[in-house]
Amino acid sequence: MSMNEIHPMDKLIRADRMPHIWCSGCGLGTNFICYLTAMEKSGLDLNKCVIVSGIGCTGRIPGYTNIDSFHTTHGRAIPFALGLKLANPELTVTVFSGDGDLFAIGGNHFIHAARRNVDINIICVNNFNYGMTGGQFGPTTPLDAKTTTSPYGNYEHPFNLVDLAAASGAVYVARWTSIHVRRLSKSIEEALLKKGFTFIEIISPCPTNYGRRNKLGDGLDEMKYYREHSIIKHGINPKEADLSFNGEIVVGKFVDIDKPTFLDNQPDMSQMSVNNKK
Amino acid sequence: MNLSEPKNKDISKPPDYWRKPLDVEKYKIPHGAVHIIIERCKGCEFCIEFCPQKVFEVSDEFNSKGYHPPKIVSHDKCVNCKLCELICPEFAIYITEDEPMNII
Ligand code: SF4
Ligand code: SF4
Ligand code: SF4
Repeated sequence: MSMNEIHPMDKLIRADRMPHIWCSGCGLGTNFICYLTAMEKSGLDLNKCVIVSGIGCTGRIPGYTNIDSFHTTHGRAIPFALGLKLANPELTVTVFSGDGDLFAIGGNHFIHAARRNVDINIICVNNFNYGMTGGQFGPTTPLDAKTTTSPYGNYEHPFNLVDLAAASGAVYVARWTSIHVRRLSKSIEEALLKKGFTFIEIISPCPTNYGRRNKLGDGLDEMKYYREHSIIKHGINPKEADLSFNGEIVVGKFVDIDKPTFLDNQPDMSQMSVNNKK
Repeated sequence: MNLSEPKNKDISKPPDYWRKPLDVEKYKIPHGAVHIIIERCKGCEFCIEFCPQKVFEVSDEFNSKGYHPPKIVSHDKCVNCKLCELICPEFAIYITEDEPMNII
């Protein structure tokens, strides 16, 4: 490492790549450190933890993580992760990617992996736009919000990601914002240790694109907004955890259930062929 | 004396009629030593705003990228909660445990 001071997280990040590319006031660095803290606290064997992402600002996270990490093609983080898990079921596989990557181009992968309850963890950073490519609107941009491609306000209805995840079959669904550092870390830790398809949405500031075009101030102002407008409602129907432009942000853990995973349900093929021979 | 209105309004100090509790030695306030890696900071001010003890302020100095890093203004107040370590997006702050402080 070039600097002689060593941050306690330097063992889990690729410290020689710091500073990272994220803008000043972006929430991604904070979300990232919450994930690292959770992974450390979970007591999991780090040699058996894997992180996968698609493309985007959030997609840079695996590149900075000092465990086995994969930066895959746009929208294809989930099928890649699924392959890893099925080929080597001992791995704890986490997909850490953005709202555009996971729910626009990768939307179909998401609903089907959730439906099959594949034992992988999805962490989605939702900053309501495509940050890396210049701030275009996407499937999570709230109605009326301004982006480069909706300069007069977005007129498309957005997804409610937690509702979509729960309806598709996820066994663990939570939403936090970047200001909820302790609750978010705890939630990620729970998800890492949970069997089945887990989903955590993190509402996160993008001051450079979304924040600037919607006059939300800088990253600090967005963080203060989350502090003042978030309401914790554990266990409510995720349908009611809607997000609106300039409205309150409902956060909390909405779903935590148990059901057999894809691998649990898979019949033992070797046994079947033996039986058939008899 | 009107007890509902203590003479000593400064709540950081015990009021005059306060007697020293017998077990005061047993309880300590945790204390942390704050380390800032100035060159990593991007001046987002999250640490300054959200430290519950208001340990930081914006510094007048620049780092080599032109950002104003935080400066420590009341190191004695740090209670080793490590919120700054968790919220700093740049891995630029960390806390090490220091000798705990006495309550009185
Ligand atoms: S463009 Fe937005 S999401 Fe991307 S690094 Fe900058 S602030 Fe963060
Ligand atoms: S550890 Fe807590 S009290 Fe100490 S500087 Fe950090 S945020 Fe402030
Ligand atoms: S939180 Fe980190 S990057 Fe932001 S001002 Fe403080 S030290 Fe600098």
